[in-house]
Amino acid sequence: MNGFVNVFGLILNGMLISTPPLLLAALGSVFSEKSGVVNIGIEGMMTIGAYVGAVGAYFTHNGWVGFLLGGIAGMIFGLLHAFACVTCGADQTIAGTAINFIGPGLALFLCKSMFDNSSDTPSLPTEYKLPKLFNGVFKSGSFGYNVLGTYSAVWLSFILVAVIWFVFYKTRFGMRLRAAGEHPEACETLGVNVFKVRYACVLLSGFLAGLGGAFVTLATVSQFRPTVIVGQGFIAIAAVIFGKFTPQGAFLGCLLFGLCNGLKSVLSAMGSSVSPNILSMIPYVVTILVLILFVGSGRVPAANGKPYIKSK
Amino acid sequence: MKSKTSIWDGNFIYVIIAIVVGFLVGAILLVSAGIDPGLTYSTLFQGVFSEPKYIVYSFVYAAPYIMTGLSVAFSFKTGVFNIGAEGQFVVGSLAAVLVGIFGNMPPVIHAIVCFIAAAAAGAAWGAIVGLMKIKRGINEVLSYIMFNWIAYYLSNYVVMHSGVKAKSIEATKDIKDSASTVIQGLIPATGCPKVNSGFFIATIAAIVLWFVIKKTTFGYQLRAVGLSKTASEYGGISSSKIFMVSMALSGMLAGIGGAIQTLGMAGRISQFSGQESFGFDGITVALIGGTNPIGCIFAGLFYGAMKYGGNKLTLVNAPKEIVNIIMGTIIFFIAISLLLKRIIKGVQQKKLDKAKELTAAKEA
Repeated sequence: MNGFVNVFGLILNGMLISTPPLLLAALGSVFSEKSGVVNIGIEGMMTIGAYVGAVGAYFTHNGWVGFLLGGIAGMIFGLLHAFACVTCGADQTIAGTAINFIGPGLALFLCKSMFDNSSDTPSLPTEYKLPKLFNGVFKSGSFGYNVLGTYSAVWLSFILVAVIWFVFYKTRFGMRLRAAGEHPEACETLGVNVFKVRYACVLLSGFLAGLGGAFVTLATVSQFRPTVIVGQGFIAIAAVIFGKFTPQGAFLGCLLFGLCNGLKSVLSAMGSSVSPNILSMIPYVVTILVLILFVGSGRVPAANGKPYIKSK
Repeated sequence: MKSKTSIWDGNFIYVIIAIVVGFLVGAILLVSAGIDPGLTYSTLFQGVFSEPKYIVYSFVYAAPYIMTGLSVAFSFKTGVFNIGAEGQFVVGSLAAVLVGIFGNMPPVIHAIVCFIAAAAAGAAWGAIVGLMKIKRGINEVLSYIMFNWIAYYLSNYVVMHSGVKAKSIEATKDIKDSASTVIQGLIPATGCPKVNSGFFIATIAAIVLWFVIKKTTFGYQLRAVGLSKTASEYGGISSSKIFMVSMALSGMLAGIGGAIQTLGMAGRISQFSGQESFGFDGITVALIGGTNPIGCIFAGLFYGAMKYGGNKLTLVNAPKEIVNIIMGTIIFFIAISLLLKRIIKGVQQKKLDKAKELTAAKEA
């Protein structure tokens, strides 16, 4: 019985660790998409956040400072994206693709020029990483250690879902940003500055994606490597579409994905006879099956992807 | 009034400006990192142009990118964003390599069968996503992303499977010589041991695609659906059918790209440690090429040359990622060129207005 509880704890632990990066990036993506700006550049923003997060913690010796710096780095890329998409009325897919080149390219370029041509940053000691909760309270390997004693940033990201839900549906800003993504012209006639709203949302999306990237380097692994992010930004976008462009829906999508990930790692750690490559497919196959069987089609915000050009 | 078409009306000039800006931004970064940009860029260009062999290599490198570029560009015509070219490329390579290893056929025919297998695999991978879109209304971007990863792990699974894996390395066995697309006769003349038919295939594909889009009824229907799904339905075009066919064709193009790469370059597939990004880079090629098939040939060549030349930057201790930054900046400036266009139009308009005022003043 105890063994079963511990295995369950391990699965949950895998879920709790692998969900936050996706979740933070997905919440960012919801902001951007809901306001009418497609942000395919989430991947690039996460990667630069991951790098700056690791380097920030390395130099300041503080995980939280690194985490915040990672967010700010993502936000700077958000500014680039907003400038292209909102000010210039650029094709949002093209601008996002550019971000996906520049972000990882710059991260590796900076890494190699700062750390003697190495593509990895130095490994961070535990005390420079993001802190875990209840240090020393639970026995290592127990359910409490694996579930309650995980990184505090995990719970922070979960609380953020509620906060962002509130912002979306209970505040004026939330109403405006949803309107900007549905009918910007009408929005503007009512005196809402669509440009400002979209700028704010894309900047926020960059910030959150940067935090998501920094979580990977400051919690999941303890350094920046070229492979730390690969693909997670796109998974986050997938989770948002899965969740029909709502923060709570994206949360469910990320949890499902995280749970499958946890299951996968526990199964392969227990020496399952199934090939690890087949086990690795679980999250993707399950997502597809859930979509086909239960979720079906979602509605994209009406003005999503369309640049808003003020008529004179 | 006669209207002159100025170069500022087209897109080409903005691509050139974007390329110049891309290299400038790259140079600024290199300087700030204490690396000599002159040396870096001359290494890059010498790495591409200084020997005939290098130029041939650039063409070899370009071929798969042209194919994935075509795949993405083609999907844009119906308003679908084929972010799944990555996975289609992977299953295409896989099918080609399996037929290449286990097929027993005379040369040329063997390679052709490999290509057919790759095309079918890529098309199937695209068609599944199309089916999910039409039957269940599932957003294709989401399923493409999932299928990229399923293809990734499927490939790794097959590569490591006991009947397929080579003995001492983490890769498949080599394909039979009969399946290789390397043109042996050209090796002495070009000095490039990997010279293969890929570039010719990609060029033919681009021309055929251009013809299909511009000159056939099917191409017309594609563009109609891309412009407005509802309007074209009203005009009697079945948009589901068009989506299905175009998504399968788009997958097929990426799949062929996979065959070009595996049959012409390595002759086997290694276990992936990260996505190889041929499909994602196809997005870039399609965008630099203005989503025009013929444009994709040149964009693919540019991209292939940059990738190939970028490999040689380690010689001067410059991070090869500078190539990615340059490419990203180029795309970024292509994206914002709309603004530049508006500004230039505004300036031209002002000049015109002024001239009008002057003539009006003279007449008075």
